[in-house]
Amino acid sequence: MLRFIKDNLTTIAGIEIFPIISLLMFTAFFLGLFWWVFTANKNYIKEMGNYPLND
Amino acid sequence: MELEKFKYDNAIVKKFAYATIIWGITGMVVGLIVALQMSFPLFFNEYLGFKYISFGRLRPLHTNAVIFAFVGNGIFTGVHYSLQRLLKTRMWSDKLSNINFWGWQLIIVCAVATLPLGMTSGKEYAELEWWIDIMIAGIWVVFGWNMFATILARRVQHLYVAIWFFIATFVTVAMLHIFNSFELPISFMKSYSWYAGVQDALVQWWYGHNAVAFFLTTPYLGLMYYFVPKASGRPVYSYRLSIIHFWALIFLYIWAGPHHLLYTSLPDWAQSLGVAFSIMLLLPSWGGMLNGLLTLRGAWDRVRDDVTLKFMVVALTCYGMSTFEGPMLSLKFFNSITHFTDWVVAHVHVGGLGWNGMFTFGMLYYLFPVLFKTKLFSKKLANYHFWIATLGIMFYAIPMYWAGFVQGLMWQEFKPDGNLEYEFIDTVTQLRPMYILRSFGGFLFIIGAVIMSYNLFKTAKQGSFVADEDAEAAPLLKAPSKIKGEGWHKAMERKPIKMLVFSLIAVAIGGIIEIIPTAIVDSNIPTIEAVKPYTPLELEGRDIYVREGCYNCHSQMIRPLRFDTERYGEYSKAGEFVYDHPFQWGSKRTGPDLAREGGKKSNYWHFSHMIMPKETSPGSYMPAYGWLRDDKLDTDLTDNKIRAMQTLGVPYAVGYDAKALDDLHVQAKEIALDIYQSNPDNREFTDAEVVELSETELVALIAYLQRLGTDIKAE
Repeated sequence: MLRFIKDNLTTIAGIEIFPIISLLMFTAFFLGLFWWVFTANKNYIKEMGNYPLND
Repeated sequence: MELEKFKYDNAIVKKFAYATIIWGITGMVVGLIVALQMSFPLFFNEYLGFKYISFGRLRPLHTNAVIFAFVGNGIFTGVHYSLQRLLKTRMWSDKLSNINFWGWQLIIVCAVATLPLGMTSGKEYAELEWWIDIMIAGIWVVFGWNMFATILARRVQHLYVAIWFFIATFVTVAMLHIFNSFELPISFMKSYSWYAGVQDALVQWWYGHNAVAFFLTTPYLGLMYYFVPKASGRPVYSYRLSIIHFWALIFLYIWAGPHHLLYTSLPDWAQSLGVAFSIMLLLPSWGGMLNGLLTLRGAWDRVRDDVTLKFMVVALTCYGMSTFEGPMLSLKFFNSITHFTDWVVAHVHVGGLGWNGMFTFGMLYYLFPVLFKTKLFSKKLANYHFWIATLGIMFYAIPMYWAGFVQGLMWQEFKPDGNLEYEFIDTVTQLRPMYILRSFGGFLFIIGAVIMSYNLFKTAKQGSFVADEDAEAAPLLKAPSKIKGEGWHKAMERKPIKMLVFSLIAVAIGGIIEIIPTAIVDSNIPTIEAVKPYTPLELEGRDIYVREGCYNCHSQMIRPLRFDTERYGEYSKAGEFVYDHPFQWGSKRTGPDLAREGGKKSNYWHFSHMIMPKETSPGSYMPAYGWLRDDKLDTDLTDNKIRAMQTLGVPYAVGYDAKALDDLHVQAKEIALDIYQSNPDNREFTDAEVVELSETELVALIAYLQRLGTDIKAE
């Protein structure tokens, strides 16, 4: 199946940049995640933590 | 605001809970049988040598039953219970819930009916044939549809972290199952994997690894985030940590698949990527485990009294152990000792028995009293179960770790003169005491589960079941798409569909970056001129190899390690597998590697070995395959198979399908004649006898075995 897209993708110039893009995505993802988690509203975090106990 | 009155559907939870218990014990008993087959091979060969229960066919039944029937029903039990309560909403459609339930049970029954018959696609944990794969996809969609409709109809604003885990589970399992199951059906019974060799291996372990991640782990983590707080009566230790746990886990897990293929013919960069991500995985895994355990801070005294918590603490500890071991096993040094040995079996059972098993038991002990509005029938019995099961895990895991370590080191042992110290068979016979102990551990675990069934049955009997439980909650007012001052993530949590899309993106990135370059960059799989397609007889023989599940005990992958090449020959090249639909690299060497088996032994040796392995290899654990000598090779589909291979890109000459049968008969007769001629008895034989032998399945299998690895052997 993959051979159907093979010919199109091998012609992309500079496909070696894949790993660098991956690293950047990876770093950005985790920076964003930590930034969000540590700036999150305290009350909201508390409310969410109590969700399972509210029935 | 006026509260809305509604009812939770407990009937569906009860059904799934019963199914979990019944299939759990069934799957474990099948596991015990295969463990006994390895402990007492001669007894089984002598008295119970039926093809339908031979190891290669039963082991897939065990793995499929415990993963998809036991844990699968466990997931559905927990999700249908917790989802309704976390959303303050009844499951959207009772009809869909029931289709989900009965459909899933039907799939399991189909698996039980087909795997012992040898109907298998030959890829581990994905053995079920194409039409069952389609059923699985359908029922999975029903599950997701019902879940999302319930989420959309919810009465709470935000989605608790457990539900994120459920969403990621749904999305990822769907993606993995569909991509790994691309296969070309050639009959009701048989299909060929669309991918070949290295690509098939990569897709398979991308699936196999993430089946562990997204079927055995993420849904249970979701359940952990619900049931541990619930049972202990306190909120999760850190909700912030649970968010990091979720995103880090689903983002990293998907990349780790190639660590199952270290030192193989998979391109090096893909192996390194798999290792790097496996090591990083330790952080979110342990973060999650600690988050669960620390939820009990200041409440550890309750663990002594509360049966559910007891089981869950052991489950979390085992989760921590196996997720520590996972990254260690993916280090190349450690992997060269442990890979293909029983260490891997120990590792998965710490996860399977410890994490999934103990957690499921804990959850059931919580649910039955709640569903039946009563107390647990006997706390004492539950405590017995706890200790018996814990002991069972120890009796299982410790001998298997030992066996893995012993065998791994024995394989690597060289004499001072540079020759290997041990024959393969010596490294196997050494393990028998460990296999017997392991069977005992498994037996204990089953006894525990039976005690639990009795206890829960009595609990159900003394209580009164409420199928529709009354509940009330305020309706959800329509919220604006973004509230002022609210972060993007918080806004997203109110949007389940967006959550689904983001989860899919997070898991798809890893798959795309690993799989597409392997498929498209030619330098990743150098072609080898000398490698030719299988002859029709070899192709038929290969199908028998797959049908009998030989890959459960034999690898076909010689790693570029001295002790491997010394024992088996030239290491395997990626280009040697380009016509292998599906690949058969295997993951465990209970028997020796077969990648270069061709030409090592005579046809006659293989003939006698398959009929009675202990004659040619004393001490062998291999089942006897007498039926291959008795059963005639079915050649009705041979031409069809050749055409299927042509569709998949195997370069048979145009029109070869019409001539395939003639070639098949010629090659079969040559082998049959050779077997008669090399019989040491020198007995007289007739042409009719040769023809009769040439038509058996055994001859086709021998043809395949004699072909293995011969294409580039001369180099």
